[in-house]
Amino acid sequence: MKKYFLGFIVMTGFLSCTTVKAYQKNRINDSEMTLSNRHVEKNELNAESYREGSSGANSGKTGGGCGCN
Amino acid sequence: MKKLSLSVIGMYLAMVQAFSQTNAADSSGYKPKKLKLDEINFVTSYYDQTADKSAVMGGEPGPRGIADVTDFATGLDVTLIGWDKNKRKNTLAIGLGIDYHTAASQAYVDSNGTSKNNGTRIYPTLTWTRENEQKGTSFALGAYYSAEHDYYHSFGLNASVSKKNKSNGEFSLKMVGFFDKINMIYPAEFYPVDSVKNTQSSDSIVYKTSASGQTQAFIYTNGQLVGNTKSHKQQTPTSPRTTLTASLSFTQIINQRMQGSVELDAVYQTGYLGLPFHRVFYNTGKDTIESLPSQRLKLPIGFRLNYFLGDNIILRSYYRFYADSWGLVSNTFNLEVPVKITPFTSISPFYRLYIQSAARYFAPYQQHTEQEQYFTSNYALASFTSTLLGAGLRLAPPKGILMSGLKVLELRYSHYMQTTDLNANIISLNLTFR
Repeated sequence: MKKYFLGFIVMTGFLSCTTVKAYQKNRINDSEMTLSNRHVEKNELNAESYREGSSGANSGKTGGGCGCN
Repeated sequence: MKKLSLSVIGMYLAMVQAFSQTNAADSSGYKPKKLKLDEINFVTSYYDQTADKSAVMGGEPGPRGIADVTDFATGLDVTLIGWDKNKRKNTLAIGLGIDYHTAASQAYVDSNGTSKNNGTRIYPTLTWTRENEQKGTSFALGAYYSAEHDYYHSFGLNASVSKKNKSNGEFSLKMVGFFDKINMIYPAEFYPVDSVKNTQSSDSIVYKTSASGQTQAFIYTNGQLVGNTKSHKQQTPTSPRTTLTASLSFTQIINQRMQGSVELDAVYQTGYLGLPFHRVFYNTGKDTIESLPSQRLKLPIGFRLNYFLGDNIILRSYYRFYADSWGLVSNTFNLEVPVKITPFTSISPFYRLYIQSAARYFAPYQQHTEQEQYFTSNYALASFTSTLLGAGLRLAPPKGILMSGLKVLELRYSHYMQTTDLNANIISLNLTFR
């Protein structure tokens, strides 16, 4: 049952991807839609990595480079 | 008549050729363009924290475990772009960061609380990127350096490649290495001292070392302090720490309103992975220095999904699962909702929930036993839940703010709370000039 559910999720993911032409990307190209952290979040993310035991998978610190985790 | 017709046709053709297009001189020849200034980003933040149970005092609650921190961080990034003769875009990003902090716990590197309680960190970065927009590929190399008082130095290198596919997707691979040297500054009571006899009738010299590694000699005659001198700065030993990271990411445009990404990191650390001035108090009351394994493997995976709802609202979501070889597991949920008040002004409230289970080597103050091989009372490795909430303001008029080169202004405030009684506020400002 778990395999079927996982397969359903994967298929749904692929089927939901539609071809988007360049002239249709006005919303996708909005500056607030970027798939990355904002410049203004930089020091906030550093503070989180210092105070918490985990880091990474967010284009930020993963460890090393400072006296932190 | 036929001759006349043929002559007329021949003359016509001759005239047409005389006025026909000739091969014009090639004016489309591409000329490389030198690097020019593209963008300047200036980010500054102020962080203010109140907490106790500091790692320097072995997680001791109360006044001696004070862990209040202030941090003033500023960074400047300058981006230059140019094109070479093969029409590839070259980008050079130069960055400089300066942090100044005060840390109340740092004063207790000396058990009397008299150590230096502030420090400065400077960290320059340099990144070069080459992008082939026709092929949808890019390649980047970068370097990083950091120096602070308790961290002798850190040197980093990174390299990345990316490739776009025809289905609006992009794969990226990034490799990062940090090669650090830690100043082995121990709590003062762990430095060798001259034998102190009965203070009523003894001549002796007692050495005390501050968090900066500076050693002072206190001279006693007949038990009375008669003077102190700063001995020559002892050569503080260092210990290496290496961090290697491989990051694999994939982004995909799903439809006209939605796009997402997944990022998987594999992080391997080796060397001295604790800090030499972090104490641990055994259940007997005796204190020692934390001891952690010399290797650590981290595996975080993060997912982002952004959706443009209606005409004015954007949903920015993020989830991360993290697990490492020290037994620490965490889940992170983040949701930010930018609301466009005008096409160029937005307000973004956000909320972040973080849930962490403790590393297997953590125990609170005076809970460790002397039989354990690895032990720490650093609450960053404890079990806790934290929340972050706040809001941001973004201004980005097309002609710049007040018709100047300032194109983007972002102001952001957040309040951070942990169930370990840590509370913090951070306010940040970003200015982008083009």
